[in-house]
Amino acid sequence: MSQQSINAPRPGDDEENASDAVTGGQTFASAQGADDLLDEIDAVLEENAETFVRSFVQKGGE
Amino acid sequence: MSGGGLTTERPMGIETEFGVLHVDLEERTRAGAGSAILLSHLTVAAYALLAPAEGERGRRVRWDYGDESPLRDARGFELQRAAAHPTQLTDEVKDAHLPSVELDGPVRGSDVAPEGTDDEVLAWAVHRSIGNSVLRSGARWYVDHAHPEYSAPEVLRAREAVVADRAGELVAREAMAIVERAEGIPDVALYKNNTDGKGASYGTHENYLLDRSVPFEDVVAVLLPFLTTRQVLVGAGRVGRGARGSEPGFQISSRADFMEAEVGLETTLNRPIVNTRDEPHADASRFRRLHVIIGDANLLEESTFLKLGTTSLVLAALEAQHRTGAEILPELRLADPVAAVRAISHDPSLRTTVELADGRSLTALQIQREILDAVAAVADRTDAETDQVLTSWGELLDLLAEDPMLAADRVEWVAKLRLLEQYRRRHGDLDWADPRLLAIDLQFSDLRPGRGLFGKLRAAGQVRTLVTEEEVAEAVTTPPASTRAHLRGQLITHHPGAVPSAGWDVITLAGEEEGHRLRLADPRQGSAAWCEQHGVDPVADLDTLLTALHRAVGDR
Repeated sequence: MSQQSINAPRPGDDEENASDAVTGGQTFASAQGADDLLDEIDAVLEENAETFVRSFVQKGGE
Repeated sequence: MSGGGLTTERPMGIETEFGVLHVDLEERTRAGAGSAILLSHLTVAAYALLAPAEGERGRRVRWDYGDESPLRDARGFELQRAAAHPTQLTDEVKDAHLPSVELDGPVRGSDVAPEGTDDEVLAWAVHRSIGNSVLRSGARWYVDHAHPEYSAPEVLRAREAVVADRAGELVAREAMAIVERAEGIPDVALYKNNTDGKGASYGTHENYLLDRSVPFEDVVAVLLPFLTTRQVLVGAGRVGRGARGSEPGFQISSRADFMEAEVGLETTLNRPIVNTRDEPHADASRFRRLHVIIGDANLLEESTFLKLGTTSLVLAALEAQHRTGAEILPELRLADPVAAVRAISHDPSLRTTVELADGRSLTALQIQREILDAVAAVADRTDAETDQVLTSWGELLDLLAEDPMLAADRVEWVAKLRLLEQYRRRHGDLDWADPRLLAIDLQFSDLRPGRGLFGKLRAAGQVRTLVTEEEVAEAVTTPPASTRAHLRGQLITHHPGAVPSAGWDVITLAGEEEGHRLRLADPRQGSAAWCEQHGVDPVADLDTLLTALHRAVGDR
């Protein structure tokens, strides 16, 4: 468990990949990116989540 | 054992059943799951009959379930003269003895769609229950029970499988777009997921061709610990626990709570971790088809890549163990595999240990590490894909052990969990029972452009990709070169009028005077390399082609 890959992403939960988020500025930029993404998700999320979830009914398959 | 030289190469493929919904909320609420079959037929017919990319409007290549009689030729390749007229060849297609058959009803009247607008063609297709087709890519696109299903063409490598699997997403998108454009036809939304969270599950199955001589009890012994624990690497994540989601919370695998047995034949009830279905669609004396039903539908490319790559390598180690008598794979008998699947899935911290028959208690990561080390010791690391799979497998085990969030751009369940956690924090630490979190889980896999949340993650660069959009788009209409899917797809593409039907191991060619059934009982036969070696040019005119095929089988 000791070998850390050179490609491995860094700690934190919002950077795009390992090459970003090296400096504070870039970290801020990608945190901003995560915020933008959440805004977008809020915009696209089904208006009435409860009704949507309730109406998502499938038959079993396979 | 040293230098075993094992690689990821083997015939394999992925089948995906899509979740299917009315876009219109009123219709959806009124119909419930009652319109699932109708919507599935619309979806399948839309792409099979109306997608310009698939050739002549209104025509499709029918699915052929193949023969059950063993091949007479031990080489597994033969060409039989068939009935004289193309229409008879169509009627000969055995569409009538497998489960999904009733959905592709017996031929009454013409099998060719009427002239007319898109909605007229779709209405005809639904009336006729058109539910089966073979695409230019060599894929099967059909209605399975109450879901549209894309069975990707056979490939030999994990990366090819990723491309073919992603191509299925584009087929689904195009089908939705065609339905949307048709007047008076209800719009359809497709989801690449595995459960509605209300007790229904539908599958994403993997298939691997395996040496028949390996005793099945050995397959089971090796696969139970492997499949039970691989979810930590390739799970898709799910909000809700229990088949009906009755307990709030996040879990790693969308399929875990639907696994009820260790080994068995069923796929719809009492689902087993190791499925025993064994129609090899190949020479059954040499091959077994391992049908894996425990896997999640994956959107993240590295997840699909690892799912196929690691499983293929484990099977290669198993085959080598049987062949050489050497001990390669570690003894990892779980005390209770079914309970272990759930326990592991229900703990995203990955600290849960499961009990082994020998008294040890190990985490899923530790079990995967033992399997990886054993496989790596006999793998051919000069093989680029094998090396890539082993490297990625090891890196992800390290990252997940350190902190799962470190793998959020490479492991699908972590990518989903990170998004959910960000959303929870933004909205004041939402409870896991909040319908918005359940909605995010469902919308994660929405395949409509601009709607799917995974698509948003990808567009934002928050998850890694492995293949290019260009090659995925090309794979929609181009078969993989490495298997018999090549010959199937090329013949369908270049001789559209002369291929009334095809199946995994059979292609019917209808000439003016007589027809032929070509049987390919080894998935490597019919590959681009095989065709070249045998002087078979799928683009050549039909007579030339048939002569070449006859020569290839040594008939003439």
